[in-house]
Amino acid sequence: MNFMELFRQSATYNLARLLAKQLEDFFETLGEIGIRFGQVMKFILRGELQWKLIIEQCSRFAVDSLPITLSIVGMTCIIIAMQVAPEMVKQGGEKYVGMLMAITITRELAAIMSGFAIISMIGSAYASEVATMRVTEQIDALKVLKVNPIKYLFVPRVIAGFLMMPVVVVISSFFGLVCGGVAAYVSAHVSKLNYISSVWQGLFVKDINVALFKSSLFGAAISLISCVCGYLAYGGAKGVGLSTTKAVVWSFVAITIIDYIIAMIFFF
Amino acid sequence: MSIEIKNLKKSFKDKTVLDNISFKVDDGEILAIVGLSGAGKSTILKLICGLIKPDSGEIVVSEGDIAMVFQYSALFDSLNVYENIAFALKERKEFKNKYTENEIKDIVAQKLKMVGLEGIENKMPHELSGGMQKRVSFARAIVTNPSTILYDEPTSGLDPVSSTVIEDYIVRLRNELKATSVIVTHQLSTIKRCADKVIMLYNEKIVFCGSAQDMIENGNDYTRQFVNANINGPMKVALSDS
Repeated sequence: MNFMELFRQSATYNLARLLAKQLEDFFETLGEIGIRFGQVMKFILRGELQWKLIIEQCSRFAVDSLPITLSIVGMTCIIIAMQVAPEMVKQGGEKYVGMLMAITITRELAAIMSGFAIISMIGSAYASEVATMRVTEQIDALKVLKVNPIKYLFVPRVIAGFLMMPVVVVISSFFGLVCGGVAAYVSAHVSKLNYISSVWQGLFVKDINVALFKSSLFGAAISLISCVCGYLAYGGAKGVGLSTTKAVVWSFVAITIIDYIIAMIFFF
Repeated sequence: MSIEIKNLKKSFKDKTVLDNISFKVDDGEILAIVGLSGAGKSTILKLICGLIKPDSGEIVVSEGDIAMVFQYSALFDSLNVYENIAFALKERKEFKNKYTENEIKDIVAQKLKMVGLEGIENKMPHELSGGMQKRVSFARAIVTNPSTILYDEPTSGLDPVSSTVIEDYIVRLRNELKATSVIVTHQLSTIKRCADKVIMLYNEKIVFCGSAQDMIENGNDYTRQFVNANINGPMKVALSDS
């Protein structure tokens, strides 16, 4: 056995191969997302939109995701208020509890937690749907019927994500503020009036605008990434599962990066 | 409406699947492509309908629409039978706004009648048997009156009686639509009942080209091995990865 053969059996070689494969997969997915984003934008700019499909996807995006989004944002706000309100009241900061909640929710919490909820609820569904269509040749059937799969599958979903995510975030923000108020009252007896006036002081137009813009980007990114990961699926059930996992992971990373970039641009 | 393939070559990564393949299917003719699994039969269909591009060579399909019936039907599972069949008429640029909803309903009903499935417009694909799904996919394929129909293993997974029904429809559709057809199959019954011409693929090449009768009765070592389902012969099947 020569040196190369021995080297090929070594853990270092296998680890390097695995890393190379992961890197290849990473750049392939990244490239595919870029290409598909360009194609989606081309259809949008040309005005080649199928409103019936867009409305269908909008209703699905907002309605299906709302219960889980409200639960997650509501529970997170309750937990934060329960932990922070008693301490702030002890330090004489009762009138700042609402403000803290408002800033936390509008600037960060509502958008990012809704994003996570949407990824698990809608992103995974988009990825598995498109992946199933891919492995059962339904996407090939679309192409043979001369219907562009990007126009038919991607565009309505990306537009739905872009339009509906801010709606979900607004509703979940309001719900989070209400839940935070109730939790502050229960845990630290922060009065309703104090809480509402404090929330009012903590709401800034800039924060709301940035949150809406950010959530639109989150929605579009989640939809696009999920569709692309589904589109890249191959094989059978395992391929569908892998692409769904990939869509969830990539979407999580993507919205965190978008969140960071927006925070850098608007708040530093 | 004829199909001419000239010096076609196709590889996937390092593996060459088709090498220097040439053949012609005349207007209204039914060609059957046979060969071992993995011989590149379905690849030829995908190349003809443009789903994949050849590495080199030429595919000339004279004008007209190409339709394809997929191995596992590939019906859109979120749409009912009516929506599946009407899909091309509603979504394709050249048909959009060409027909009213009532006209589309009539066309769908007519196509369903052609494949012997009247009155199932509202059923979902998962409510249908394999044979019925296949026939719905036939109806979806012929809704635009294509001049070329490609069939990817149309009888796979079906019982012999359902297979015969499907084979009869293939011949009927050819006769009624005057369409040129290409069938990928492993079934001798499909070759006997439908094919005017047969080509056999092995090791990236065409190893037989002739009439169905010639293949079954005379042929060569390859076709004899295939027809007799013989392990021994010029074609070797990989039994393991090694």
